[in-house]
Amino acid sequence: MARRVSGRRQLVVTLIAWAIGLAIFFPILWTILTSFKTEAEAIASPPSFLAFEWTLENYAEVNSRSNYPLHFMNSVIISLGSTLLGLLIAIPAAWSMAFVPAKRTKDILMWMLSTKMLPPVGVLIPIYLMFRDFGLLDTRIGLVVVLTLINLPIIVWMLFTYFKEIPGEILEAARMDGASLWDEVVYVLTPMAVPGIASTLLLNVILAWNEAFWTLNLTAAKAAPLTAFIASYSSPEGLFYAKLSAASTLAIAPILILGWFSQKQLVRGLTFGAVK
Amino acid sequence: MLSPAVLLLLGWMIVPLSMTIYFSFLSYNLLMPGMEQFVGFANYEFFLTDPAFFEALANTLLLVGGVLVITIVGGTALALLLDQPMWGQGIVRILVIAPFFVMPTVSALVWKNMFMNPVNGLFAHLAKGVGLEPFDFLSHAPLFSIILIVAWQWLPFATLILLTALQSLDQEQLEASEMDGAKFGSRFVHIVLPHMSRAITVVILIQTIFLLSVFAEILVTTNGGPGYASTNITYLVYAQSLLQFDVGGGSAGGIVAVILANIVAIFLMRMIGKNLEA
Amino acid sequence: MGKISLRQVTKTFGDVEVIPALDLDIEDGEFVVFVGPSGCGKSTLLRLIAGLEDVTGGHIEIDGRPATDVPPAKRGLAMVFQSYALYPHMSVRKNISFPLKMAKMDPAEQERRVNAAARTLNLTDYLDRRPGQLSGGQRQRVAIGRAIVREPSAFLFDEPLSNLDAALRVNMRLEISELHQSLKTTMIYVTHDQVEAMTMADKIVVLRAGRIEQVGSPLELYRAPRNLFVAGFIGSPKMNVISGEKAAEHGAHTIGIRPEHLLLAQDGAWSGRVGVAEHLGSDTFLHVHVEGLDPLTVRVQGEAGVSHGDAVRLSPMPEHLHRFDENGLAVR
Repeated sequence: MARRVSGRRQLVVTLIAWAIGLAIFFPILWTILTSFKTEAEAIASPPSFLAFEWTLENYAEVNSRSNYPLHFMNSVIISLGSTLLGLLIAIPAAWSMAFVPAKRTKDILMWMLSTKMLPPVGVLIPIYLMFRDFGLLDTRIGLVVVLTLINLPIIVWMLFTYFKEIPGEILEAARMDGASLWDEVVYVLTPMAVPGIASTLLLNVILAWNEAFWTLNLTAAKAAPLTAFIASYSSPEGLFYAKLSAASTLAIAPILILGWFSQKQLVRGLTFGAVK
Repeated sequence: MLSPAVLLLLGWMIVPLSMTIYFSFLSYNLLMPGMEQFVGFANYEFFLTDPAFFEALANTLLLVGGVLVITIVGGTALALLLDQPMWGQGIVRILVIAPFFVMPTVSALVWKNMFMNPVNGLFAHLAKGVGLEPFDFLSHAPLFSIILIVAWQWLPFATLILLTALQSLDQEQLEASEMDGAKFGSRFVHIVLPHMSRAITVVILIQTIFLLSVFAEILVTTNGGPGYASTNITYLVYAQSLLQFDVGGGSAGGIVAVILANIVAIFLMRMIGKNLEA
Repeated sequence: MGKISLRQVTKTFGDVEVIPALDLDIEDGEFVVFVGPSGCGKSTLLRLIAGLEDVTGGHIEIDGRPATDVPPAKRGLAMVFQSYALYPHMSVRKNISFPLKMAKMDPAEQERRVNAAARTLNLTDYLDRRPGQLSGGQRQRVAIGRAIVREPSAFLFDEPLSNLDAALRVNMRLEISELHQSLKTTMIYVTHDQVEAMTMADKIVVLRAGRIEQVGSPLELYRAPRNLFVAGFIGSPKMNVISGEKAAEHGAHTIGIRPEHLLLAQDGAWSGRVGVAEHLGSDTFLHVHVEGLDPLTVRVQGEAGVSHGDAVRLSPMPEHLHRFDENGLAVR
């Protein structure tokens, strides 16, 4: 039971928490605000917070000048594609590990986890050379493959911890109730596994969307997702604050929204079930 | 048991890694194809005695350590704060978590240009506003600036996990200790902290894995400079192999990075392995 | 119909023999309770009957037909699990009708049976809720409902009341007994609670370490326990067990006397001093310290009129004295 505290203390706590929360959020807020300013207002001193002329011209500019829609689609295809492919591969594996565990299951899970600890620079060169030789550099399919592989351990693990929570007694009850293996999968297991699969999907789309090692190293232009597209603003072009802000806002908005939905799963997914 | 998932990961682990090991014993430059020859440990010798390596190693440790200190201390404090009853808790939570969802290139660029820029950055405006000389963060304190940016990205992660751990603390335990006369400080040290120690360890280990590989933030802010002042091992290997085309040297560096990461990984695996049994 | 026979049934997990060869007959319409301390193999035995575990050796017959290799769904049995094992994503109605749906029963008949079961179990108002929105007792009733609609030849209950609070447990105990009276279907019920066993069973099977210690009606077990284990397990408060000199006086290695069969008497054979007295209103349990013995429990109707420290004399009722030999077996 939550403890009752005096209203005054709650007020103080509320004020401090909101101040800190806003401070942490401020860079994002500032970016969003700046994206609606003109370039002149964006660098005005002193900067205006809300009292400026709101404009959408930066968004129009970003869309027309650069190939923003292409990069956005690249991000969507790469993050969604790698996640779906990963799920396709991981669901049978996690399923069998959770429901028909063998003696080695635990070892295999731990080993899968260990592949995640492999620093990407350790395999950068061979992957780069292989991609070059197979013509996969700067292709969506190449990135889908790489991101599938680097996120596969997380996908397997998350699914495993969710599947593991489906109580064995329910499966036994279904067997007693006359369900065939197929009925068990269709009527009992799948409906109970769907929430877990959905949260796994969500978290992995976020991770893949924001992945910024392989996307930067393996793409140049036509397959570049938003991470790489934004990186191109590190040139002096980045000094056009309003446009940088508009491009940034477009790049982070979808995932910010998705992310807020996945708060709870985030903890579990990123700690491999060690903290729930 | 040999499911496609296992086979794929096995391939992903073994093929490129053994290629890296193989390359690390070759003198191999992409600009001079066909000139590869076996050179033994020369690449390692070269990489490990290069002053840039030590600078990068020191930078890596500073970066990892600095971010860990900020996020753990800040995350614990924030978690304690967010665990209190307040109005609009859900919204504050969302505000605090948001930076985690910002892609690294965006956060690095936003900080670099809009905040730390010595002419038009917000910090410069602030400094001028109180009559101080604007500070050029990325030229004069590049590593520190990168630590700040990365810490901002990871603070939400630490906060979220520590908050989750805190919320699972048995209220009766706290009440019992209160009855036993423990003040806030000693309750924190003797009850809250031990309860959170596991989550803190998990945060340290997982962040370390990711922080050892910080890359995009360096690439778009400083390019590792000035000099090697903000180059970490990951960036050094990248520069060696894809900017200088020295595959042999880069591979040796890559293997060194793998070994460093493994040392951390061993601890992490033990922690998670223990949890599997529970 | 619901006659179940076990012939030389054994079960081993790896090297561990959980159930050594065991024979048991359960008659049609009987309420049989498997009781024993935790780890005695009672749940395993139930799961063997259900078909959720395969027997290592021996045969199981249901209604005269071999069932050893028949899958659980085809045995015509229904089970109520300890955790209820309700399907969390289905409404109460869907939960109850699930076995009927699996049997591809006509939807109208499904509807009729579900409604009938819901009426019996007072669930009519909750049919469209999810299990998560129900209280523990209601979930328990849904689990029973799911078992009833199949009209099985026997019900299997695996510690069904252990997750309920004390008051609810008494209620559900009565409801299950009532259900048995009206359905007259065989029920096999696993519990570690001897009160449940005594109050519900037609026949109790006392198990220890996978072996049957005794089979009998509650009163048979109460009146004539076959050995010290059964004597100590059945009856509350526990039977007083005395060995040594005082047992030898009665010509046995060990004697047992239930608290209700010890009388406070001026001329009692054993003298002692009253320790704690537990007043229940209807009864008083006196803990009497007798020189050279463990404290004895004495049950006195109403108020005893003695208090802590009083000297008393106790007299065992000779016709209720249980005698055991050195192996703990009852001497008759």
